[in-house]
Amino acid sequence: MHIMYFTEQPMATYPADKGLEFGATALMFSNSHFDPVSGSRLYNEYIEQYKLAEAVGFDGIMLNEHHNAPFCMQAKANVFASILAAITERVKIVILGNPLPLAENPVRIAEELAMIDMISKGRLVSGFVRGGGQEQLATGVNPAYNRERFEEAHDLIIRTWTQAGPFRFEGAHYQHRVVNPWAVPLQKPHPRVWIPGVISKETVVWAARQGYPYIALNTTVEQTNKIWELYDQTAEEAGFKGGPEYHGYLKQVHVAETEEKALENARQFTWMQGEFTGLAHPVWSTPAGYSSPENRRGFVEFSTGRGSSPRRRPSFDEQIQNNMIIAGTPKTVTAKLRQVMEQTRPGIMSLWANDGAVSHADSMTCIRLFGEEVLPALRETAKELDLKSPFEANTPVSIHYGPNAPKQAVAAE
Amino acid sequence: MAEPVAWSQTQVDLGGLPVRLNRAGKGPPLLVLHHDTGTPERLALYDALAHRFDVMVPQHPGYGHSERPQWMRSARDLAVLYRWLLTALDQPRATLLGLGFGGWIAAEMASMAPADAAKLVLVGPMGIKPAEGFILDQALVSHIDYARAGFHDQKAFEAIYGADPSTDQLVEWDLCREMCFRIAWKPYMYSQTLPHLLGGVQSPTTIVWGAEDKVVPPSTAQQWLKAMPKAKLETVAGCGHCVDMEKPAALAAFI
Repeated sequence: MHIMYFTEQPMATYPADKGLEFGATALMFSNSHFDPVSGSRLYNEYIEQYKLAEAVGFDGIMLNEHHNAPFCMQAKANVFASILAAITERVKIVILGNPLPLAENPVRIAEELAMIDMISKGRLVSGFVRGGGQEQLATGVNPAYNRERFEEAHDLIIRTWTQAGPFRFEGAHYQHRVVNPWAVPLQKPHPRVWIPGVISKETVVWAARQGYPYIALNTTVEQTNKIWELYDQTAEEAGFKGGPEYHGYLKQVHVAETEEKALENARQFTWMQGEFTGLAHPVWSTPAGYSSPENRRGFVEFSTGRGSSPRRRPSFDEQIQNNMIIAGTPKTVTAKLRQVMEQTRPGIMSLWANDGAVSHADSMTCIRLFGEEVLPALRETAKELDLKSPFEANTPVSIHYGPNAPKQAVAAE
Repeated sequence: MAEPVAWSQTQVDLGGLPVRLNRAGKGPPLLVLHHDTGTPERLALYDALAHRFDVMVPQHPGYGHSERPQWMRSARDLAVLYRWLLTALDQPRATLLGLGFGGWIAAEMASMAPADAAKLVLVGPMGIKPAEGFILDQALVSHIDYARAGFHDQKAFEAIYGADPSTDQLVEWDLCREMCFRIAWKPYMYSQTLPHLLGGVQSPTTIVWGAEDKVVPPSTAQQWLKAMPKAKLETVAGCGHCVDMEKPAALAAFI
């Protein structure tokens, strides 16, 4: 099993009352509430936490990016990936992911990722996402072409990584006279691609057709297993067998020295009214054309208060009860995670360990306890349950390559 | 009171793309180009016009429940399709009544065939970048709030859509919104070249503006007059963007 550390890189130092007053903490919530002094402190604390995560034995560090919102300070995943490439030595740098439709020039993304892969000596896992609805508005990108841009940018990046340049690219959304970036990735045939997601069936099917592992982001056990069913069925149609090495799962899990402390800190997972991406405005989070046509009715009903949010979360207590949020001492957390692993059988596990206003000291304690007590137990469980990661199972990087495709050019020492 | 108007509904085939057309009345031909929020099937204005004109109200391809041309990328594409429609109906000289977003399409049509339209009536038209303020960005507001912003008198909105519009209506507005994004996302709801292409239009032109328009700033009328110096400006007091729905009698008098 591949176990990663994750934090949204929250900025809890903004005035929460202003968010409530405004009614949203995204897109149009004024950045006059952003405090660069605490921003500077927090960025550097997150770097300390990532270093500790490597030191205590996590296999990977998962990064993401969002825009115009305090729930995630990371506005460019490739910036942190570059930092980690230089300051860590062993962990996989797992970007989940670069929001492709936001890019006006995907070749630049391919180039940046190639640099990160070389600097990290082949430790990059390059996930791709569509970006949230608000992100399309924040960057001025047309939400109606979101999925088309995602797929086209993906195809262009993979070609840029695998086909000798120069070549010309004439797509519907991207046109390039000369694709020939000097830098190409160290890993061959190309870095692994994992696809994270929440509710879009289209993305699950697309990932399975490509042979890319799918990472279910904070979904319920029931939703997760439905996703695997769809994934494995699509995989079978595409000609390969799914299973744990293609299944990843992100869980909110906080460890502390005492049950009380852990529960108190875990409440921070619901810090912005429990909305996954902050207190959102329904119209901004789902612009017309962004979502699947089959969800259109549900979203317009939600946007006028007639329906409940498709992303709604139950109360904190309920989430603790049904293991949506796991919190406690290492012993409690290990037992509960075992339960979840038995129920969902992922080969990739991402632990979203600290959120909201959890202090730097408590975050460091949490990471240390994970390393000392939880991770060794999880590895035992994974062995027992035969949950292999894509690395352990030596799966091909995509449907286009067999298991014996070249894996990595050798990095200079 | 005049007798009730009998409307027919047909599909006109434009190279495989079905365009839905409501038609009624006798007289000189008049093509109505509806707003970015689609159009109700019937409006008092349409009925009033049908007593004097052969009124044609197509539903824009891709709007409401009409089939979406996946290839379409600009308001100018719509204008070309509508010139094609008029040719197919053998009515190339029809008067063009463009409502808001439809005004942009009508202006594009006129720029392509500067002497063809018998008359041009543009009502709170989009299509030119306002010198002051902006065209209201529907991407940031709910479907109901955007539709309501078209009305100065909210009672007029409620008389047409109801105080609490149906979910079917919301779905229709969302489809319209998606099509607007597909063809006019950036720059939003205007063309940078249109003002330079209108100088040759010979059709008599009337620009109509609701004095309380919150969707397209009324001061934008001055830019239209600059682009079309022979055009006449009529301002409707106490009226918002949707003059057609809020003050239909006043608008009918200008046509």
